[in-house]
Amino acid sequence: MKNSRRDVTSRSTSSLLIKGGQLIDPAARIDAAMDVLLKDGRVAEVAAPNKIKGSADEKFDARGLIVAPGFIDLHVHLREPGQTHKETIATGTAAAAAGGFTSVCTMPNTVPVVDSAEWIEWLRQPERGAVINVFAIAAATRASKGVTLTDFRALHSAGAIAVTDDGKPILDDGIMREALVLGGELNFPVVQHAEDTRMTENCSMHAGARSFRLGLRGMTAAAEASIVERDVQLAMQIPNARLHVAHLSTADALKSVRRGKRAKARVTFEVTPHHFTLTDEDMRDYDSNYKMNPPLRSVSDREAILAALADGTVDAIATDHAPHAAHEKEMEFERAAFGITGLETALALAITRLHREKRISLTRIVELFTAGPARCLDFRGRGSLVRGSVADVTVFDPKKKWAFAAAKSLSKSKNTPFDGWQLTGKVVATIVGGKMVYSG
Amino acid sequence: MNPARGSLLGIEHLEAAEILRLLKFARRMNPDKPRPLLKGKRVLLLFYEASTRTRSSFEIAAKSLGAHTVLIQAMGSSIEKGESLLDTGYTVRAVGADIIVIRHPNAGAPYIMAQHVDVPIINAGDGLHEHPSQALLDAYTVLRNKKTFKGLQISIVGDIFHSRVARSACHLLSKFGVKIILCGPAELVPDIATTLAPGVRVTRHIEDALRGTDVVMLLRVQKERLSGLKIDLPEYIARYQMTAGRLKMAKKDAIVMHPGPIIRGLELTSEVADGAQARILEEVRNGVPTRMAILARAMGKMR
Repeated sequence: MKNSRRDVTSRSTSSLLIKGGQLIDPAARIDAAMDVLLKDGRVAEVAAPNKIKGSADEKFDARGLIVAPGFIDLHVHLREPGQTHKETIATGTAAAAAGGFTSVCTMPNTVPVVDSAEWIEWLRQPERGAVINVFAIAAATRASKGVTLTDFRALHSAGAIAVTDDGKPILDDGIMREALVLGGELNFPVVQHAEDTRMTENCSMHAGARSFRLGLRGMTAAAEASIVERDVQLAMQIPNARLHVAHLSTADALKSVRRGKRAKARVTFEVTPHHFTLTDEDMRDYDSNYKMNPPLRSVSDREAILAALADGTVDAIATDHAPHAAHEKEMEFERAAFGITGLETALALAITRLHREKRISLTRIVELFTAGPARCLDFRGRGSLVRGSVADVTVFDPKKKWAFAAAKSLSKSKNTPFDGWQLTGKVVATIVGGKMVYSG
Repeated sequence: MNPARGSLLGIEHLEAAEILRLLKFARRMNPDKPRPLLKGKRVLLLFYEASTRTRSSFEIAAKSLGAHTVLIQAMGSSIEKGESLLDTGYTVRAVGADIIVIRHPNAGAPYIMAQHVDVPIINAGDGLHEHPSQALLDAYTVLRNKKTFKGLQISIVGDIFHSRVARSACHLLSKFGVKIILCGPAELVPDIATTLAPGVRVTRHIEDALRGTDVVMLLRVQKERLSGLKIDLPEYIARYQMTAGRLKMAKKDAIVMHPGPIIRGLELTSEVADGAQARILEEVRNGVPTRMAILARAMGKMR
């Protein structure tokens, strides 16, 4: 239960009964009308409607709503330490709570890079003002320079949940092998931002007809696929190695991951809402709210990702929430920062695009936000609401229509391509450790 | 914010009728007979990149219309001190610019400017993207020599990938049904170039590009933009250099064009550059009336 030590929210000592909702708990294979009793920060009971005896301090009426395990986002940039003009742990976790997330993993490409146990501890201090659980992913190499591995053992015992050089790839074959070997010994996943940067110099979008037309240098699908292929090969060779591929975006990389999974290698991966929603054709007038890394890909890449979401291959949806200040985005497209915000639109995009348009079941969608990510990085006691689990719960209305307004976002930054979008599906309540941290 | 009326950001979204209107008006423009259409107006030339032809041509065009011009170059201005594109835009607007002519190494920079600054923005070349005034002056040159676009075949040889001139030319010529052949090695002329506009074809063989063609447009290999790409120049010369011998494969009355700067001995021989079929200096000359028309249009004076 080492995860429980890392909780940043105080445990609720009161009890909360969530009544009348439809419980979707994919890990427990439940999709039924159920009441859920939370007590002392844990799930005390799950039972058919009106079967829970005894009283609760508070009741939550969930009629017409879906009750799900708390959502987990494996890929968020909270920008602390050092870049508080973009986001802080307080503002980022507030936005996450509004998006239904009860746990997020924060990436180490900060200033300075989170590459030591001291910084992991700093991130977990209550002064940071997190309103949900924050799990730290530490740098895999010192200062993420890709040369010398960090002290995995120390990072692991300080509470880091995985290692990555996100924002950059671990390019060197030898270093990547070493990381997977050492990670394997500690049961520590290595998260890879797969991009052969030797092939993407000065590139700002996907290489295709659109980049050619716009006169922008393009990142080829091969720049992602070649690194994923190498990493999967390594994961297949190294005993106990655990590889998690971040924000996978191309059909070719997907093929490598499928091969690895068939060979029973411990390979997992996430996809982002923007990659299953948009393509490189969607960017207009050099709007840098469409600039992120990996870039929006071709229609056929998106189709491949949609198929993998439907058929169960994708392990998790992660936002890659990457806030930037306006002055870092409103400029020449090629010079603008990579990344978009995503915490508050993730669920609605999944319901709108995957459920309503592509007929992917709500159970599968909930799995992609809960049991799936929990499996990728070992969130013990989370990702399900079986009795005894941590009382992290997300309640949402799958039919609610609303318009997302970036100006009202709780994130410090407003860099999103989804401003003004009409969406279906909205978070109604976010409960962390039995305590309501957001209600909408 | 929508771009101000009269902006010229690219050829891609310009209608054929508007192009013809511009070209027709350009024929009435003559730098030797100044017309004060822009009397008292201020034209800001914002150049983030080196330029000889385009800059001097816009400057002479503006002055021939009675406008004042102010040249701001990245070197020796606040841009060098780290001022952002938009802040520079706001500043020159505040100083009193009526038109901003911008040349920039990044694709789309004029679009960003046009979304935030409320005066007409003229794109004088943005990265690898577009060079609309060049495409218009080239169209003007083609029409002076060939009378009509109807039935024409135009072959563009050289570095298409890094060329904003090629992109703008393809958009423009395609709108008039011209058959366009792009020719060069795969690194410089990717197959995807055919998706640029209807009527565009790619070939690797110079013979294929030249046979029966009406116009040969040559492009420079842009060493400064290769970004690590290695081009075997002797091989390029052997396969694609325009020589007097090769030019014979084109139609007898074919003309040779080049947006400049030309590199003699690389994409063409001196014999071709100075030959009877070359229209390279005529292009430069035609740049002035074409840009007069562009500036007059920017101020709503194209009547």
